Amino acid sequence: MYQSKWRIFTNHTILVLGSLFMILPVWIAFASSTHTREYIFQNGLQFLPGGEFFTNYGAILFDADATKGRVTALEMLFNSMVLGLGFAIGKVIISMMAAYAIVYFRFKLAVPLFWIIFSTLLLPLEVRIVPSYEVVANLGLLNTYTGLILPLIASATGTFFFRQFYRSVPDELLEAARLDGAGPIRFFIDILVPLSVTMIAAIFIIMFVVGWNQYLWPLLMTTDDQLYTIVIGIKQVYNSLYEGGQIPQFPKAFALTIMASVPPVLVVVIFQRMFVKGLVETEK
Amino acid sequence: MKRVQFEHSAVPYLFIAPQILIISIFFLWPAAQALYQSFLLEDAFGMSSQFVWFRNFEDVLTSSSWTRSAIFTVLFSVLVSVLSIAISLFLAVRADEVIRGAKSYKTLLMWGYAIAPPVAGLLGIMMFNPLMGDLYKAFNSFGFEFNHIENANDAAFIVILIAVWKQVSVNFIFFLSGLQGIPKSVQEAATLDCKSPERRFWTITFPLLAPTTFFLLVINLTYAFFETFGIIDVSTKGAPGGSTATLVYKVYVDGFLGADMGGSAAQSVLLMIMVSVLTVFQFRFIERKVHY
Repeated sequence: MYQSKWRIFTNHTILVLGSLFMILPVWIAFASSTHTREYIFQNGLQFLPGGEFFTNYGAILFDADATKGRVTALEMLFNSMVLGLGFAIGKVIISMMAAYAIVYFRFKLAVPLFWIIFSTLLLPLEVRIVPSYEVVANLGLLNTYTGLILPLIASATGTFFFRQFYRSVPDELLEAARLDGAGPIRFFIDILVPLSVTMIAAIFIIMFVVGWNQYLWPLLMTTDDQLYTIVIGIKQVYNSLYEGGQIPQFPKAFALTIMASVPPVLVVVIFQRMFVKGLVETEK
Repeated sequence: MKRVQFEHSAVPYLFIAPQILIISIFFLWPAAQALYQSFLLEDAFGMSSQFVWFRNFEDVLTSSSWTRSAIFTVLFSVLVSVLSIAISLFLAVRADEVIRGAKSYKTLLMWGYAIAPPVAGLLGIMMFNPLMGDLYKAFNSFGFEFNHIENANDAAFIVILIAVWKQVSVNFIFFLSGLQGIPKSVQEAATLDCKSPERRFWTITFPLLAPTTFFLLVINLTYAFFETFGIIDVSTKGAPGGSTATLVYKVYVDGFLGADMGGSAAQSVLLMIMVSVLTVFQFRFIERKVHY
């Protein structure tokens, strides 16, 4: 394609500026997280890293006092991992199965059940938080991983991803499988699941990030510090920044922020291709 | 649906059961509860309640704080959607033109998807911290008298800025994929026909991207409605005086912090109606795209 020199120059300038716009806030947070709190308090945010990386991150990771709670960042990272993985695995399995029933079977309740599943898209958890909280409390599931994960899975986004994908699978495959005498369960396990591997991976990655980043629901239903995810942890640290009349713990708040972002960002960057495939092909 | 399907009595029920079970317990039950509660007047401790028909809805719809929140939500959603779509489209077009280094730019611009909204909120509000925030100082050194703690417009500016920052990467991914899906032959023909990149963009590229743009508009509106909860809760908390509280944030504040169950439930139901309209719209659009 023909491009003038000027166009090439502006292209790169604009893209560099765009990248800086995205990266600078995080870079400043990282650089500021590696100084002492006195230094940040006197000199403001920093563009260059200081020498306190190991001190600050070490304290946050292993010392519960540094995070103002009774839980260390390491434990919070573990909780986030449980939420991210549990949510992604649960969602993928349940959605695949439901979508299979919807696409490949003719059965009596198919239409009403489809509409029940569809209706979950109309009412996100954010709108029904108060009654959801009451239901989970009634079931005695507050402050449990089950209560954390299951209500989040109760929305059908994944089902629609798989429904769309299955519908693009050629009919001939099923005809051939039936000629070979494969039953519905054999067809699902031996043919459909292997065929969906990249799709499963893509949706798994997206759901892991979505699960890791959950905020409102964990905020409400985990009152016990031991179950805090790291995203909730940063709010708690931030809220207590000015407590006790001491110099605010800005560097440690930043350190926690960085730690909350690194795992999902790594997943997205490493599995870029799959992630983009899942995001673009399924949602469209 | 498929032309060929299994006909089997028990198997489909077996496959669909886990999803239906979870939906029944954690979706249908609370949803019904929300609907029921929206017709009840409860005292602050939830000890007694009274069936009051539509009074909660009347109270909500006539209250100035809900109306203000609704107006803010609409303005906020439109601004966030339009700004983040415009910025990402601009970046995506440039990234698509770049041949060398395209992959690095793509990585640099897309990772933001993985940042949690409250994390973005925290990063943003730190930049505007009056004690040490560089942006706060910069704005004031230019003579803006910027004060997001007291001035509603300044606070809204911060929330919008953070929400746009967080959303640019998602839109960028969709636009870049859309652009790269345009056949090379079409692009080459376009280059031969008109030399000006701007004209080429508006007459050829943009119409081809219109469905993506429309789809993203719906996605972005939904994002601004719901997912910005974390941004607001960490940055402004709706301050000053509820001026930056979106409708979702208000449901939370009234229901959990204000213990006004009936009012909060009525707000939920109203929100549900709004989302339904948006979702049906989106779903019909997606369906149409799939057939074509």
